[in-house]
Amino acid sequence: MTSHIIETDGLTRTFRVREGVRRRTVVAVDDLSLRVEAGEAVGYIGANGAGKSTTIKMLCGILVPTSGEVRTCRLRPVAERRRLAREIGVVFGQRSQLWWDLPTGESFALLAAIHRLSPADAAARREELVERLELGEFLTTPVRQLSLGQRMRAEVAAALLHRPRLVILDEPTIGLDVLSKQRLREFLVTERRDHGTTLLLTTHDMGDVERLCDRVVLVDRGRTVHDGSLGALSRTVGAQRVMTVDLASSVPSLALPDGATHLGEEGHGLRHRIGFDPDRVTAAAVLAAVSADAEVLDLSIEEPDVEDVVRRVYRSRR
Amino acid sequence: MAESPLAQPVARPAPHGGVLAPYRAVLASRIRSQASYRTSFGLDLGSSLLVGLTELAEVAVLFTSVSAIGGFDLAAMLLVFGLADLCFSLADMVVGHCDNLPEYVRTGRLDVFYLRPQPLLLQLVTSDISLRRLARAAVGLVALVVGLVVNDLAWGAGAVGLLAVALVSGTVTFAALFVWAGGLQFFLVNGSEMTNAFVYGGRYAATQPGTVWGRPLVVVFGFFFPMAFTAYLPAATLLGLDTFAGLPDWAGWLAPVAAVWAWVAAGLSWRTGVRHYQGAGG
Repeated sequence: MTSHIIETDGLTRTFRVREGVRRRTVVAVDDLSLRVEAGEAVGYIGANGAGKSTTIKMLCGILVPTSGEVRTCRLRPVAERRRLAREIGVVFGQRSQLWWDLPTGESFALLAAIHRLSPADAAARREELVERLELGEFLTTPVRQLSLGQRMRAEVAAALLHRPRLVILDEPTIGLDVLSKQRLREFLVTERRDHGTTLLLTTHDMGDVERLCDRVVLVDRGRTVHDGSLGALSRTVGAQRVMTVDLASSVPSLALPDGATHLGEEGHGLRHRIGFDPDRVTAAAVLAAVSADAEVLDLSIEEPDVEDVVRRVYRSRR
Repeated sequence: MAESPLAQPVARPAPHGGVLAPYRAVLASRIRSQASYRTSFGLDLGSSLLVGLTELAEVAVLFTSVSAIGGFDLAAMLLVFGLADLCFSLADMVVGHCDNLPEYVRTGRLDVFYLRPQPLLLQLVTSDISLRRLARAAVGLVALVVGLVVNDLAWGAGAVGLLAVALVSGTVTFAALFVWAGGLQFFLVNGSEMTNAFVYGGRYAATQPGTVWGRPLVVVFGFFFPMAFTAYLPAATLLGLDTFAGLPDWAGWLAPVAAVWAWVAAGLSWRTGVRHYQGAGG
């Protein structure tokens, strides 16, 4: 017996696609062997078409694998779909679980009935979710009138109402503003801490991965190309943070510490871009070095984004 | 990998409430929602009534130039029309949205059904109810009642029993037709074009006496899609009129057999469709 909440062995899924009159086989997921322990938070990332959604659909029992084995919550997703539905909560960024013409709160009441929760249990959980996701102000508003940020929070609450042990989120923060993203991430961190919930999320947002996940699985053309920490991934591909500084006086060149490289300057030495590897040198050390040469008026730090990391990995493989 | 359907993965409280509670909750909310938009609901009822009346008028117009069709006069035709239309409208009200399956697929509502602990087909059937079809069912009911009054019927336990059997079986048969269509729409691009032919064509065929049909129609709507068993054959048995294809005069009592066959076919169609959707072949 294992404690794996997700367990796949050689999981493969192909599709037959029509191209004019000819048919071609496309491999969406190729020999995926993945183990996720209960309580982990895993970012499942890759370019569009890398096979992320197909994997998720197989984990939930929506798609039958072409070959290979899959167990979710130790259940066979297709054969034991109805039992599995009690154990998992899924948020699809693009499809809604809510009833668009009903007040948001009424959708929760229906979902409580669908999952056959006891009134006391449903009320307690609902209260917790309403408070933590700040849903109170729009519980009586019909779903179709919600803003995107409000709707996503309501979707997350809808998926978590029955206290699933495994929560799968497909692009949960897509299209959200900074504040909404922040709230949602904070909520997921709290949920995981308090209930030991396992998270599996696909995302294009590096912020999601950094703040939510302690493990990153990167897929390319249906195959796993990295499985480990984000730091290890960034180190492998050399993704750097970029610090941009605006200086009070023009400086032609800067003396930088080890681990930092000068990427370029603009405005005759008034603005400099410096790349640095956060594992080798801190932002503070870079800033101190720059400050020694000139007064810093303003600065910004850019994170490497998922797209960038993915692009680098893909480039190194092709 | 370890074979692992190991008992209960985690202790969960036993489900609360009856097995039917989820369906009841969703249906009740659909009904409340439709009733709460009064103007829109009123307009829907009105247009549905108009459709029912137009179809009834078609029958009446036909009889301005002929006195009987296939041995059925206007009074007998009213009975056939009333039975068929009442059954169809009731089925349409309860499961009519099933032949709108591509919409459920496109919007992802079908995928959402997979995430809930109920069978897919039952979730689909109970996901909506079209109360506006009540207006059309009312037209069918009126035609049926008039048909029962104007015909010279030998009333008795047999007649009442046959009528009840016909109404239940007819509704169940038409309901199967919608599910049958839904299953096929997993395969067909623009599938509703094709399935409308037998769903709405079937409804139309059901309002006609089978005695006027040529052999292909007898095969298609007499037996394959058993439309003749929803209204025409029960009416023929009630009135002692001609049956088709050499069937005995008590053939109207076979309506439940037709309903069972229709559901067997609908179930197969749905199963095959779902397997296709999940990519398990079929």
